[in-house]
Amino acid sequence: MIDEVKPAGVGERMWMWIGIAVAFAGGAFVQQMGFFDFVRNNPGEIWKLLLEHIYLVGVSSAIAISIGVPTGILLTRGFMRRYRDGILNILGISQTVPSLAVIALSMTYIGIGPNTAIFALVIYGLLPIIRNSVAGLAGVDPVILDAGRGMGMNSRQLLFKVELPNAMYIILTGIRTSTVINVGTAAMSFLVGGGGLGDLIFTGIAMVDPAYMLAGAIPTACLAIFMNWAFGRVEKWIVSPGLVYH
Amino acid sequence: MITFERVTKIYPGSDEPAIDNVSFEVPEGEICVVIGPSGCCKTTLMRMINRLIPITSGIISIKGQNVAKMDVIELRRGIGYAIQQIGLFPHMTVYDNIATVPRLLKWDKKRIAARVDELLSLAGLEPDIFRFRYPRELSGGQAQRIGVVRALATDPPVMLMDEPFGAIDPINREVLQDEFLKIQAKVKKTIIFVTHDIHEAIKMGDKIALLEAGRLVQYDTPENLLVHPKNRFVKDFVGADRALKRLDLLKVKDAMMQNPVHCHMDDDAEVIAKHMKENQLTFLLVTDQNEKLKGYVNFYELKDHLGKVRDLVKPMTITVKPEQNLKEALSKMLSYDIGIVVAVDDDSRLKGVLNTRTLLSVVGDTYDERGGVWGKITQQGSISS
Ligand SMILES: Nc1ncnc2c1ncn2[C@@H]1O[C@H](COP(=O)(O)OP(=O)(O)O)[C@@H](O)[C@H]1O
Ligand SMILES: [Mg+2]
Repeated sequence: MIDEVKPAGVGERMWMWIGIAVAFAGGAFVQQMGFFDFVRNNPGEIWKLLLEHIYLVGVSSAIAISIGVPTGILLTRGFMRRYRDGILNILGISQTVPSLAVIALSMTYIGIGPNTAIFALVIYGLLPIIRNSVAGLAGVDPVILDAGRGMGMNSRQLLFKVELPNAMYIILTGIRTSTVINVGTAAMSFLVGGGGLGDLIFTGIAMVDPAYMLAGAIPTACLAIFMNWAFGRVEKWIVSPGLVYH
Repeated sequence: MITFERVTKIYPGSDEPAIDNVSFEVPEGEICVVIGPSGCCKTTLMRMINRLIPITSGIISIKGQNVAKMDVIELRRGIGYAIQQIGLFPHMTVYDNIATVPRLLKWDKKRIAARVDELLSLAGLEPDIFRFRYPRELSGGQAQRIGVVRALATDPPVMLMDEPFGAIDPINREVLQDEFLKIQAKVKKTIIFVTHDIHEAIKMGDKIALLEAGRLVQYDTPENLLVHPKNRFVKDFVGADRALKRLDLLKVKDAMMQNPVHCHMDDDAEVIAKHMKENQLTFLLVTDQNEKLKGYVNFYELKDHLGKVRDLVKPMTITVKPEQNLKEALSKMLSYDIGIVVAVDDDSRLKGVLNTRTLLSVVGDTYDERGGVWGKITQQGSISS
């Protein structure tokens, strides 16, 4: 019934070889740029900046989730529904402001330091979470809401036992998008003294030193890919297998 | 048990009442079928009972208690609710779906597990196979059964069912209807059952409430609705084939001739043949000492036989049960091209016979004393005893 047989066919093997070839070519390229030498010589520095980066992303995403999901829930409750589209529009417009501008604006109010960066990252990461929470909750089949209500669930039980589990996939997709984008945006924290891998990237750009720049960019990219993968796992684990998403 | 007193519902922004001054009462343990054309507010009527839709004026009460004065959550938990779109929670297993209301009522785990198994068996679904399936792994019929037993989970005295068998094909629907009636015979719930299918209404209903544009046109037994339609609308709604619809309504036991003439396995062929000749019988039913049906004998074979009847008995494979409805009996007679069908109980004891004429006599008014090729069957009982 749900057994998906996926034959490891020729196509898959071909892609594997292409992937290996690209990795080799990429490796040769970054070697050329002096990337590996840099990493060998400064492991502590890269590690410290990576941890700072993870801290920025972790804290800002955690805050964005804990503000965004409840906001999405509130916006789909009966009494707030009429403000929903207005708020989503405003958030949508604010999303078109470049992330650099958001960071610069926050700096003028909060000053410099990691908190400014986190504030900006939270603001920037909020929209996908709110939008997906609203979309996920509004998209729950009204028939099962009626069934739940008719069976005597109160609105809290309906939310936690029916609405959230069914909206979870879409909400998690919003969180995933927000967090992965956040990993990239967090590189700009360096500009407001927030630290992170942006340090290497922007210094590398300023000094026209590809090794420096790659030492920041490659871990950032790896972190983004890892987060994406990790959320994929979380999704499988949280979203009910009864919902046909995976 | 469930009482409507001058209940009116006007949807906001509408001048016309959706439900217009409706009063009726559903006695305890009965199925009240609410029927009417699409859009006549059947669903509205039903959903006012568990207050999914607020009423504008009037009183709905259950066991004399005004539902408007009850705690709405408690009210709903005490009423089984099954809907056409089934509404199984897709993220929950069959087990969790059925366990929903028991958990809301804080039953302990063991009791819930036992109840779920019981209900799955009741629905004709093997618990070990279905317990942990998700709704998307069920066929339409299976999902519908689970939707219905989920509503039965806490054994509520009142059930609301909105076209509960509407989502499946006619053949499976008949099966579910039969199963549901069997269950109802045991559990005796008070049920509001919404449908737009007059056949279903006649089959399922102890009473039928026929709605036309929010007004209650006739509230009556299925029998009366067919025989004494109140007005033109009712007549048209129940259809021109009213007489045929009574076939759905009547059971084999209502129409069969009871204690039909028959003989026993150990009777002498000669004696029986003589009797058959005198009474112009071509065939005769044969039972054993316990009145269990063994088959039948043919006069032309019997008349020259020296010995017992049992030597010549031919088995009778096509039989009906007294509880089956006449439509099923007629359908059997037509599909096997037999003019007579014998009714036996679960232990294959002979209960009666039904032939096309007796069958038609209950739906029409023509009745012929002669019973087709079998000759005249009388209510004489066993010849030998
Ligand atoms: N919440 C509602 N608000 C306004 N009108 C409604 C609402 N629900 C149903 N109606 C209207 O009431 C009428 C009857 O609906 P319904 O009770 O579902 O009919 P039925 O179940 O007999 O097909 C329809 O015309 C429908 O548009
Ligand atoms: Mg309806």
